[in-house]
This record gives sequence, structure tokens and C-alpha cells, in this order.
Amino acid sequence: MTRPSAEDTGGRGPWVRAALREAFGVPGLVLGASFLGFGSLVRESGLSLWQGLASSLGMWALPGQVAFVELYAAGASAFAIVLAVALTNARLMPMTVVLQPRLRTPGVAAWRYYVAAHFVAVTSWANSMQRLPEVPERHRMAWFAAFAGGLFLGSFAATAAGYALAGLVPKPVTLALVFLNPVYFMLIFITDLKHRAKALALVTGAVLGPLLHQVDADWGLLATGLIAGTAAFLADLAWRRYAGARHG
Amino acid sequence: MAEAGGVWAVLLLACLATYLSRGLGVLFAERIDPEGPTFRWVGCVAYAMLAGLVARMILMPIGPLAQVDLATRSSAAVAAAAIYLLSRRNLLAGLAAGMGVLFLMIRGL
Repeated sequence: MTRPSAEDTGGRGPWVRAALREAFGVPGLVLGASFLGFGSLVRESGLSLWQGLASSLGMWALPGQVAFVELYAAGASAFAIVLAVALTNARLMPMTVVLQPRLRTPGVAAWRYYVAAHFVAVTSWANSMQRLPEVPERHRMAWFAAFAGGLFLGSFAATAAGYALAGLVPKPVTLALVFLNPVYFMLIFITDLKHRAKALALVTGAVLGPLLHQVDADWGLLATGLIAGTAAFLADLAWRRYAGARHG
Repeated sequence: MAEAGGVWAVLLLACLATYLSRGLGVLFAERIDPEGPTFRWVGCVAYAMLAGLVARMILMPIGPLAQVDLATRSSAAVAAAAIYLLSRRNLLAGLAAGMGVLFLMIRGL
């Protein structure tokens, strides 16, 4: 894939085009396949196409959308559904915090960051965290808008297509499509294992997540983040101090 | 929840609850020094929650994947990771391996 160089002094055009190519490349394909699976799930759960599309528009975070549809189909109470979605999506808060310094673009009004925040989801976030440092500072917001906007439009179309195709696609294919999403996330986080603090947080979180989910399906994920994240942070801090004491 | 209006109201609340996390993220980021320890801690929490979520989605999925047995899901995930690393981090190769193993094992090989 060709990308403009960071020394580029030209306009934002090449960066916007690079972001769109990426949005409709591997990340977009995987996300599209996942939303295709989601669209089918919406129909099988007895929700309307408009409700499925509204969830892709207003929530745009697949694990929360799946929780919404599954709990609705199971006949859960309104309170239980909103709580489950809120807690599944609570991860977006620390994710958004961590993205801000990389997204910061000179001369961009503060309110635009609040609009951009709606487009923070695992796929857009993980790729932006890896790519944004290569983008010149003044084009970062444009790059993110093009990349996340492209993913957003693609997932919208895929939701509708999945709804239309529900029941027509053989079951093993649908299952493979739904499985694509977590496996893709897993592979992109393998890249982050090189970084000590992230690696500690990822490994501890991966172990605690399923365990605490069994203790409490709603609060388990938030507890995992706080416990595993704090443990990883402290272990990293101790490591830094130890290395500092030895070399200093 | 049975009537359509109820679904829309719950959907709207779920969307607002989702945006709350994102909006608060921007608000807090303005008050946290990106070079400081608080920022590093928030980063660790984010990665831990993501890993916890992904592990839960693979090991204890909700929805249609719950019908696929654990051995199949684990084998597919391990195959994806192995091929990804062996192919020098080729995402498509890793994903194809994972999907292939899942598909074949569901079909009974």
C-alpha cells in the first residue's frame, strides 16, 4: 500500500485518499462482514430493519449492538438492556481519552472532537492509534474523519445487506462471518504485545475478562478493566523503578 | 418492551449511554496530561477492557456463535494467531486460517 510521507508539505488530499483506501481495505472488509452478520441477527431477533440501522447509526459499537439485540430477543427489561449496553460500551471512555493526544490537530475547534468521539469504536480506534502518528499533525482530524467515516458508511450498508440476506446464507458461513470480528481484534492487539505496559494489560485482561464475566455478566467487563488495568499499570511502574534504580 | 414505541425508547437510551462514554472521554482528556502517570493508567484500563471483551467474545460468545462448541472456537482462534505470526503479520492470511478452521470444524471436517 502506498502512503504519503510524513514530510509531505502538501494539502490534505493525499491523506484523505489514503484514509479512504484503508477504510475500504482490510479493516473495512472485516467490519463489513461483521455488520453483515449483525444485520442477519437483527432480522432473526424480530427487530425491524430501521431499528437495526438506527443502532448502527446511533451506537456504532458492535458488541453493544449485539448485547442490545440479544437481550431484546430474550425479553429482558428496558433497564437491564440499557445497563448492559452502557457497561459493554464503557470501554469507549478510556479508549477516547487515549486517542485524543494522537488526534489533536492545530486549529480544529473543540466541538469537533466531541463529534469525532462518536466514531471511536474498536476498529477505527485500533487502526488510528497505529496510523495517526505517521500523519502530519495538521491533517490528523481529516484523516480520522475520512477513515472512520468510510468505515461508518460501509457498516451501515452492510447492516442493510445482512438484514436482506438473513436466512439465505448457509449457517456455517454466517457463523464464520460473526466470528471474524473478535478474531480480527485479537490479531490487531497481538501487534501491541511488543509494548510492555500494553502487553501486561492485554494478557491480564484476557485472563480476567471471561472469569469476571461469569461472576457478573454486566459489571464483569468494567471490573476487568479496573483490576487488570491497575495491576498492569502498577507492574509497569515497579518495572520502571527497578530498571531506573539499576541503571541510575 | 413488547410494543414498538418501547423498543425505540430503549434504543435511544442505549445510544445516549454509549455516547456518554465517548463524550466523557473527550472531556477527561482535556484534564489529563498525556505524558503523566494518570494517562498511562487510563491506557492500561482501555487495553485490559478490550482484551477482556475480545477473550469473552471468543470463549463465551452471546448470539449465534454460542451454538459452536468451545473447542472449535478456540482452535480457530489459535490457528488465526499462528498463521498471522508465521506469515509475518499478514492479517488476511491469519483471518482466512481462522475462518477456514471454523468452517471446516462446523461442517464436521
